[in-house]
Amino acid sequence: MAAVTAHQTTQKTLGTANAAGGAGSTAAAGETDAAAADHLAAFDAAVAADERIEPRDWMPDAYRATLIRQMAQHAHSEIIGMQPEANWITRAPSLRRKAILMAKVQDEAGHGLYLYSAAETLGTSREELLDKLHAGRQRYSSIFNYPTLTWADVGAIGWLVDGAAITNQVPLCRCSYGPYARAMVRICKEESFHQRQGYELLLALSRGTEAQHAMAQDAVNRWWWPSLMMFGPPDDASSHSEQSMAWKIKRHSNDELRRRFVDICVPQAEALGLELPDPDIRWNEELGGHDFGAIDWSEFQEVLKGNGPCNEQRITQRRRAHEEGAWVRDAAAAYAAKHAPAQTSPRTPASASASAPTSASAQHVEETA
Amino acid sequence: MSSSTDWPLWEVFVRSRRGLSHTHAGSLHAPDAEMALRNARDLYTRRSEGVSIWVIPSTAITASSPDEKDSFFEPAGDKPYRHPTFYEIPDGVKHL
Repeated sequence: MAAVTAHQTTQKTLGTANAAGGAGSTAAAGETDAAAADHLAAFDAAVAADERIEPRDWMPDAYRATLIRQMAQHAHSEIIGMQPEANWITRAPSLRRKAILMAKVQDEAGHGLYLYSAAETLGTSREELLDKLHAGRQRYSSIFNYPTLTWADVGAIGWLVDGAAITNQVPLCRCSYGPYARAMVRICKEESFHQRQGYELLLALSRGTEAQHAMAQDAVNRWWWPSLMMFGPPDDASSHSEQSMAWKIKRHSNDELRRRFVDICVPQAEALGLELPDPDIRWNEELGGHDFGAIDWSEFQEVLKGNGPCNEQRITQRRRAHEEGAWVRDAAAAYAAKHAPAQTSPRTPASASASAPTSASAQHVEETA
Repeated sequence: MSSSTDWPLWEVFVRSRRGLSHTHAGSLHAPDAEMALRNARDLYTRRSEGVSIWVIPSTAITASSPDEKDSFFEPAGDKPYRHPTFYEIPDGVKHL
């Protein structure tokens, strides 16, 4: 993810290591209009040619700010998303299911870390991002403000919530910003397990006792509509979509991805032996896809405003985890400071197992990464 | 207080299997090199993606500037004779 490159840009090229969105504007301020126009032309040409923008490249301030907003929200969603499922780790019905669920929740933490690293290449810091999450100044996906009432919810989240996430994320692997696209490639590879374990879990319940089947159906009933809302507002009401499409951060519109998701889910629900809670779903021969019922966007807006069932619980738990982990971070930092002379050199005996990487080889990797 | 400051950033390079070189996998924060290695194992090799990991303080890397892209790499631009395809060899000549 090469966070180093953004760091060095601010240090060397621009003479300032300031926060999010700063690099572009400071560059522009010190330049002639002609140079700024050259930069913009080079940026536009790279986007048009489907090349990737890399951290040290010039980019418009608004592009940088949009990416930070989107990647921060994405990273926050991954770590907040650990909570609803983690509730069930101690109550998983078997050791197999418990091990799977722990691995999945650990993956979500990992996904958050990939995305925070990628966001940091834009000149923001981990600390700043977490502060904004804790202060409620940056968002996470509304879907995680719904409760996980039964074990079947773990299955519904895997199938529907992760399924919707995958539908959203696969096109992001071709996002114009290199570090984001690379993080998404890694995440998408791992998400597939998440979705399949959820589907398998629901299938086991659906084919189980009558009560188990009813539990699975109830979970699908509750998660279906919020999952459809994960794609964001309808195209005619989406404030960021058009510019993001032009920048190739987004490749498909919200409604397009939502329709694709419905088309994928309908046969999967049939195979599960469960019903999707929408009487208006039917095949539309003309469109070559499914029609489906109207989404209650007032519910979406309410959850977004903070009035969902679990908004307060999620952010409180996140803040508490951060505060209660402070002593661990302090202890590790104190230990590092105490042993600093032996450990700050990159060429300690610890790295003798391989020839120590020179800055030249690091550069080489950077260029080809 | 230390918890109010980010741990340093490290770049992570992973050798996916013996015989291949280490490739940049991403970056992470850690208080020291040993923790950076452990965090890298947990973050980048959860599915056996690696047999060896390097971690390097991000500040230790010197990178070329994208602004110099043309001039910096320009010396190689006008030397096509460094490529084997530059040379014309008669048809039928083998193993060349």
